[in-house]
Amino acid sequence: MKHLAAVLGTGQTHHKAKRTDVSMPGLLREAIDRAMLDAQTGWDDIDAVVLGKAPDLFEGVMMPELFLADSLGANGKPLLRVHTAGSVGGSTALVAASLVQAGVHKRVLTVAFEKQSESNAMWGLSILPPFQMPVGAGAGGYFAPHVRSYIRRSGAPDHIGAIVAAKDRRNGALNPYAHLRQSDITVESVQASQMLWDPIRYDETCPSSDGACAMVIGDEASGDAVSGGAAWIHATAMRTEPTTFAGRDQVNPQAGRDAAAALWRDAGIIDPLSEVDAAEIYVPFSWFEPMWLENLGFTDEGQGWKLTEAGETALGGRLPINPSGGVLSSNPIGASGMLRFSEAAKQVMGRAGDYQVDGARIALGHAYGGGSQFFSMWVVGSAKPGS
Amino acid sequence: MPDVAVVGFAQAPNVRSTPGTTNGVEMLVPIFAEVLERTGLSKEDIGFWCSGSSDYLAGRAFSFIAAVDAIGAFPPIHESHVEMDAAWALYEAWLKIRMGEVETALVYGFGKSSAGQLRRVLALQMDPYVVAPLWPDSVSVAGIQARLGLEAGLWSEKDLAEVAARSRADATGNPAAQVSGTVEVADLLDAPYFADPLRAHDIAPVTDGAAVLVLASAERAADLVDSPAVITGIEHRVDSPALGVRDLTRSPSTAAAGRALDLDGVELAELHAPFTHQELILRDALGLGEQVRINPSGGVLTGNPMFSAGLARIGEAANHILDGSARKTLAHATSGPVLQQNLVATLEVLS
Repeated sequence: MKHLAAVLGTGQTHHKAKRTDVSMPGLLREAIDRAMLDAQTGWDDIDAVVLGKAPDLFEGVMMPELFLADSLGANGKPLLRVHTAGSVGGSTALVAASLVQAGVHKRVLTVAFEKQSESNAMWGLSILPPFQMPVGAGAGGYFAPHVRSYIRRSGAPDHIGAIVAAKDRRNGALNPYAHLRQSDITVESVQASQMLWDPIRYDETCPSSDGACAMVIGDEASGDAVSGGAAWIHATAMRTEPTTFAGRDQVNPQAGRDAAAALWRDAGIIDPLSEVDAAEIYVPFSWFEPMWLENLGFTDEGQGWKLTEAGETALGGRLPINPSGGVLSSNPIGASGMLRFSEAAKQVMGRAGDYQVDGARIALGHAYGGGSQFFSMWVVGSAKPGS
Repeated sequence: MPDVAVVGFAQAPNVRSTPGTTNGVEMLVPIFAEVLERTGLSKEDIGFWCSGSSDYLAGRAFSFIAAVDAIGAFPPIHESHVEMDAAWALYEAWLKIRMGEVETALVYGFGKSSAGQLRRVLALQMDPYVVAPLWPDSVSVAGIQARLGLEAGLWSEKDLAEVAARSRADATGNPAAQVSGTVEVADLLDAPYFADPLRAHDIAPVTDGAAVLVLASAERAADLVDSPAVITGIEHRVDSPALGVRDLTRSPSTAAAGRALDLDGVELAELHAPFTHQELILRDALGLGEQVRINPSGGVLTGNPMFSAGLARIGEAANHILDGSARKTLAHATSGPVLQQNLVATLEVLS
């Protein structure tokens, strides 16, 4: 029923804490122009534009897609704006894909961004609306109890988080666009860094970045025309559950498990660990790697950390996770999910440069948002689905 | 690709100020119940949920997250959100059904305009580097548009007052309307200017509200209601945000969306025109002749709940198909300063 859709090309900005050299339109064009070049697509070929970012209060502009219409090349075309919290970069890619999968358009430009330095993200998150439970802890303070709970439930040793942080930052050093590029980071140096929210240390947290990511998604004929091969979209999934209610499992949320189950089913994948070659997973705090390994069904519950400890999630391991350096190396919030999706596409297109996973044919892109209640994911492949 | 049909619509009363919270939960819970009861569907029957709203209206980040609480989203649901009028959330839901991923979808929008000073909040939709720092309020910007049309001889102040009088008279039949009643055009023209050349009657009232609409594949829709309103076409476009680069007396994005559709035989149109002169611009852009009845609900001049008003236009246009009073209707939604972004849909009886 669905039309086939494929990623034709990707682009991203150089990520930094403050991109004072560009305006918002300039930042977006840096990613878009690279994606258009990578996809060898001209503006006349683009039928629609889909933009995503996290809260408007982060930049202080109400519905920025409206003032960005010129720089997005969207004038006279359909323009959609998606916002699903931290999962938005992934959800935005899925809306763009659905425009092709529904047979409405041939080629769609999708872009996601966050220019956190325009405003103050912590201020944007700290407004206390009446009649709602204040968190007042920042993201790390919110997630630290979930990490402690994971450690207690799984019996994971203390150093697992540091292994993830050292691995992702070293991977990031291979990625010319990454914000943090720390080739000399070690498990020991991570463990020696400042404790922020026990058990999360400074070097185990994501940076705050300005950045953007763009992709061109096209139909079957466009995908067939990609020299070297497009990234074919095999399956997509999204799930949502409420933020707080009695009995909610915030360590292993049902919404994530349901989304993953639907994703593997639709992609025809029975054993994800042996069938997926590379995974870009949304890991803003290091301990979320083993937590999401379990939530995604790569391992049984309580077993995720063993894969990490054995080095199987490093480049060259059984399931390289975040070969690009992941969210721990660059975190422009609204774009972070799309970066995971586009990095997965780059892997199966063989365009990941120094962090290319040899022979990657099937890859996962994953994003989550809010208090782990929004999930968005896709599986892309170097071959068409079913072939 | 399966056709998609509207099978149910409900809206909260369009009020000047709701006592409820900015996340819309108090307005949404009753209308979710109403639309589910009317279609005979339960929460578990809905394949996809999508909403439209704005954090800036709520004055906080992630305002849509709390709105999810109105659903009772456990077991987890397949859900998404656009930071736009919910008419565009409907577009996303339409895609999901067209691509065969789901058979049914529930779309909702909400906005508590009264939480801030709306025309000042909307100034923040403009270019943040060179325009927004001047705080151009949305009513004044629309006044510039109205003035340009007056000076070009495209409309008179009396033409605008006639739009207002007709809208209020039509709204007497709409229990959700905020403003209604019989007024004389001459009396309206005696009123002082609010933002020259706009008078109060030319401007949609500040309104809190919410709307919900249920979509189904045409096949499924036939099992749910007697006369589903099939969406036979839906298109949207955006124009440049730079006010100086386009002719503000026209709406090229509306015209382009309309050209992509078959508008022959449209009996009535629900146009999202927050200012009287914008109704005239839209009628012209869509080529709607005298035979087409405009805004039988009273339109947004009688109640303009931000982020659900566009969705409500689709709901109102669908209701005429659902109740058998029309065979082909048109719905329009707008977003952004002075008709920057526009969506047009046609709805018809299932053939």
